[in-house]
Amino acid sequence: MDSFIQQLINGITLGGIYALIALGYTMVYGVIQLINFAHGEFFAAGGYVGVIFLSFFAGLGYMETHPVLCLTASFILAMMYCAYLAIGVEKIAYKPLRKEARLAVLLSALGVSIFLSNGLMLTQGVYVKAYPSELFQGGLNFGMITISYLQILIVSLTAALLVALNLLVFKTKIGMAMRATAQDKTMSALVAIGSNNIISLTFGIGAALAAVAGIMMGLYYGSVNYDMGFVPGIKAFSAAVLGGIGNITGAMLGGLIIGMVEIFGAGYISGEYKDVFAFIILIGVLYFKPTGIMGENIDDTRV
Amino acid sequence: MSSEPILELKHVYSGYGSIKALRNVSLKVYPGEIVAIIGANGAGKSTTLMTICGIVPLEKGDVIYNGSSIKRIAPEKLPTLGLCQVPEGRRIFPRLTVEENLILGAFYRDDKPEIKRDIDHVYSLFPVLGERSRQQGGTLSGGEQQMLAIGRALMTKPKVLLLDEPSLGLAPIIIHQIFDIIADINKNQGTTILLVEQNANLALQAAARGYVLETGEITLEDKASSLLHNPEIRKAYLGE
Repeated sequence: MDSFIQQLINGITLGGIYALIALGYTMVYGVIQLINFAHGEFFAAGGYVGVIFLSFFAGLGYMETHPVLCLTASFILAMMYCAYLAIGVEKIAYKPLRKEARLAVLLSALGVSIFLSNGLMLTQGVYVKAYPSELFQGGLNFGMITISYLQILIVSLTAALLVALNLLVFKTKIGMAMRATAQDKTMSALVAIGSNNIISLTFGIGAALAAVAGIMMGLYYGSVNYDMGFVPGIKAFSAAVLGGIGNITGAMLGGLIIGMVEIFGAGYISGEYKDVFAFIILIGVLYFKPTGIMGENIDDTRV
Repeated sequence: MSSEPILELKHVYSGYGSIKALRNVSLKVYPGEIVAIIGANGAGKSTTLMTICGIVPLEKGDVIYNGSSIKRIAPEKLPTLGLCQVPEGRRIFPRLTVEENLILGAFYRDDKPEIKRDIDHVYSLFPVLGERSRQQGGTLSGGEQQMLAIGRALMTKPKVLLLDEPSLGLAPIIIHQIFDIIADINKNQGTTILLVEQNANLALQAAARGYVLETGEITLEDKASSLLHNPEIRKAYLGE
């Protein structure tokens, strides 16, 4: 029982990270019907910006004196960097192809993914970069169960971001405009909603969330490497499909499920196969219910 | 017509690629008027409105609004200048609530108390929308959706309202209700209206002047009452 609860906690932690990445896939799909294959690279970029600034602050000795401030600053800088990176990618590599066949922009996304991944390798090297290890030592012990402070941080920050995103999308005027753009771009223009701005905003928000996930992943596993975006990217994509691509609540749910299944699968079946479970789910969903959990109709359920 | 036209098309050619949907279309709309464009299915009526709004690319000619050319202005800027269209098929946002649809009509505005007042005004014009304010747009009936589409357009505070087939697919009693409101908007708010209709009888009764569009060209222009009594028009468009 103890081990079950421990796995559950680990699963929620990992699932939350996947959920944050999955939101970027699903929001972009909702607004422009593109599977942004470069999205995993924003996650990786976030992990790198995080480690660069955290190491920099640690080198100055600020990590000891102002740990919260350093961490907050690193998160914000990574979010901004990735948001602008994503907006730039969209303007350069996707926008010119918007009127072409959908395959063209999909291929462009694959190209951007390779470009960014290799860019990271060339500028940051092929070896792993370690996160400052003195962060978040220890945790809370309940008998056999341990909840590390890091897990508490990851889960609470994830929850806060998910709530904030929901409020933005469902309660504000700009969120309404995002949903309207997803439903009908021509009509949105006829009521003065500029779809280019909304698309940029969507890419920016999605990449900023991925950046947070990237730092969390770096903190959680202790290091980052240049191709770290690939596998979690595909798993988060599976999560978005599982939840119903285009559906925000679905992506959150899908992320949690994929994280749980991975942890429980690794714990109770085999650790060797931990990457396989997400893909079994992806294939299963595509085969039996391509619209996912929250999707009602492929053409009809968007952001 | 002493004043300058508020909206004018000058020798407009437009269409998608090699397909010329409009050829040499010129028309004028004066402030405060209701002008009708009638014509058969596929004559280019909707294309005319979409060209004015910059959605269909203009190839030759010019569109003058309020004294200046708008052909290079982005479509999403036009509602902020007071030019708004209710497109064919209403195109409300089906998965937003009635109220959210109306709020988005006021997307570019930030005068909150006045937006609230305008929403209440729309609800007073169309009480059924007030009753259904929290319902998703897609769950409304066709007539209610048309009311919502007009209400949403009113939220942009239009000086000129372009209406594309407001009667399409609606029951006669609803059509009359909607045309009463259109007349009311024109009279009481001074909104200029350019109306596109296949239902020529209805359109010419509501309008002061009319244009006849045939396969992308204006073939006739006259006072609405004269068009109504023109034997050619009666034969071609009024089913006699």
